[in-house]
Amino acid sequence: MQTNHVIKLEEIHKTYHTGEVDVYAVRGVSLEILPGEFVAIMGSSGSGKSTLMNMIGALDRPTEGHYWLDGIDVSTLDRDALADIRNEKIGFVFQGFNLLARTSALENVEMPLLYNRQRIHAHEQYERATHALELVGLAPRADHHPNQLSGGQQQRVAIARALVNRPSLLLADEPTGNLDSQTSIEIMGVFQKLNEQGITIIMVTHELDIARYTKRMVILRDGKIVTDEAVQNRLIAETELRNLREAQQAVQLA
Amino acid sequence: MRIFASLKIAGRALLRNKMRSLLTMLGIIIGVGAVIGSVSLTSGATKQVEDQVSSLGESVITVFSGNFTSGAMRGGWGSAPTLTVEDANAIAKLPNAVAVSPEVRDREQVLANGLNWNTQVMGESPDYPQIRNWTIARGAMFSDQDVRSLAKSAVIGQTVVDQLFPNENPVGQTIRIRDLPFLIVGVLAPKGFNLFGQDQDDTVVVPYTSHMHRITTRTFVNDILVQAANDKVIDSVQGDITDLLLVRHRSKEQDFTVRNQLELMQAVTATSRAMSFLLAGVAAVSLVVGGIGIMNIMLVSVTERTREIGIRMAVGARAADILVQFLIEAVTLSAIGGSIGIIGGMTFSWLIAYFRHWPTVTPFGWIAIAFVSSAVIGIISGFYPAWKASKLDPIDALHYE
Repeated sequence: MQTNHVIKLEEIHKTYHTGEVDVYAVRGVSLEILPGEFVAIMGSSGSGKSTLMNMIGALDRPTEGHYWLDGIDVSTLDRDALADIRNEKIGFVFQGFNLLARTSALENVEMPLLYNRQRIHAHEQYERATHALELVGLAPRADHHPNQLSGGQQQRVAIARALVNRPSLLLADEPTGNLDSQTSIEIMGVFQKLNEQGITIIMVTHELDIARYTKRMVILRDGKIVTDEAVQNRLIAETELRNLREAQQAVQLA
Repeated sequence: MRIFASLKIAGRALLRNKMRSLLTMLGIIIGVGAVIGSVSLTSGATKQVEDQVSSLGESVITVFSGNFTSGAMRGGWGSAPTLTVEDANAIAKLPNAVAVSPEVRDREQVLANGLNWNTQVMGESPDYPQIRNWTIARGAMFSDQDVRSLAKSAVIGQTVVDQLFPNENPVGQTIRIRDLPFLIVGVLAPKGFNLFGQDQDDTVVVPYTSHMHRITTRTFVNDILVQAANDKVIDSVQGDITDLLLVRHRSKEQDFTVRNQLELMQAVTATSRAMSFLLAGVAAVSLVVGGIGIMNIMLVSVTERTREIGIRMAVGARAADILVQFLIEAVTLSAIGGSIGIIGGMTFSWLIAYFRHWPTVTPFGWIAIAFVSSAVIGIISGFYPAWKASKLDPIDALHYE
């Protein structure tokens, strides 16, 4: 196989044996994602997109098929090895932000470094976490606790946390699900900026207008890929935000 | 595993719920505190008894007249006059008997300085202060010459000084016993109360010959004090005395009793050992109760923080990392609880010592035992909750509401 793929899925199946009925959540998905791509995985609930997401995120293993992440066959690894893969290769961004409460933004961002297999010095942890917060524009709020931050700011902290271990892949699960439309566009702007810097991003969403900020759209139905195409009429977050602000000002002027 | 990082995480988690952490620790605090407090009190009491036993003198053998089982006449020691000065002299010739004093006791009304006082008048040999490990504060002990000449010399205790010679130096003055003037040649250093609550300083010591011929008319002594060369030979000296006196008294039945300080000491330490076992039992029970408290709270904490566990696993924490994190939390709780308990127990015993003037001693060994066992309790009670946390599935944990 070629090692320049960030992700290569080969005939992935996932079957849940719950009770008497077997649930075929993912039924033969093959997918290749190259470095620098920005992919949206879409589908309605029950389409298998969450299950696929868990497997791409090395939280779960496929029942059948192979999954290479950065050239490593993840589908055969044990629990500890999967934990190390998640730590080093994948950055997660969740719908519910999933920050630790009563813990400062900086400490939240530092957390993945604590679990790095290579010992990282305290001052390097601090520097890397601060740098990650700068990337998402939240450095001035490093010592704020999650309850002192807005939803958009919390999601930026979560993105900083995902970036701090310099992963090969940023994996976002409905990152704008809990945000209003303007903040959603802002977050998509952050993703677009990171993607321009070369970071590969996979985002699961069910909102079509959010998916239009990505470069490639993969649509799942009943555990299978039904559409896989480049995004037409791609939205640029900066432009959209400018339009939105102008519209708001127009309303106020009127 | 990065122990320092784990400690930091554990400390943060515990500080987040200060009140709960404190209440959880309370079980261990009270258990350890009670143990340290009561150990301090009993060790203090034991130490006091031991001090009193050794204040009777070191390697001292006492020969009492009479016997616990003396034929049909069951009277016990001191009930029949059987010991003589000659017995004492014969004992003095035994190897390893370094000091001997035939002892006669009597209560007398003594007069001096226009004051009078009822006190214990003892007839002893000049070896007496050495045997009893007693120093002469002022003046000197009377001499062998005084014994031979039935001298009217006396050495008095501090209580007698306080009663008869307030604010005066009694050495060189006269004290009257049964109207006989005795010259005070020395004052014994204060020794305090003995094992049986008697004031040892309330005494006047005179040569035993003077006591037996001038104050009273006696041919027998109450008992004979013998000091062995050291504790190792004490048993052989005791055996020699028994053999010697059996021959001298030509009796089939032993009409005397030989006891030594070691036997008394052993009786005392047997009591304190029994006390220690009792305390260890109490400690074990209270620590188990404290441990159950910790386990309970840790189980609640694991359930409560399922999502946090999920997040940590998602960003790369291994099962072992989660296990260690919760284990350290439990051990931190119990070790801090144990330390607070130790400090609390020691403070309690200091307060008792300060306000009630009870002697208290906190043995270092017990502090170490208390600390180590509270840490071990933390490991044991924290293990199951920590194991449960580490076995969580990251996907389920992340979606736990």
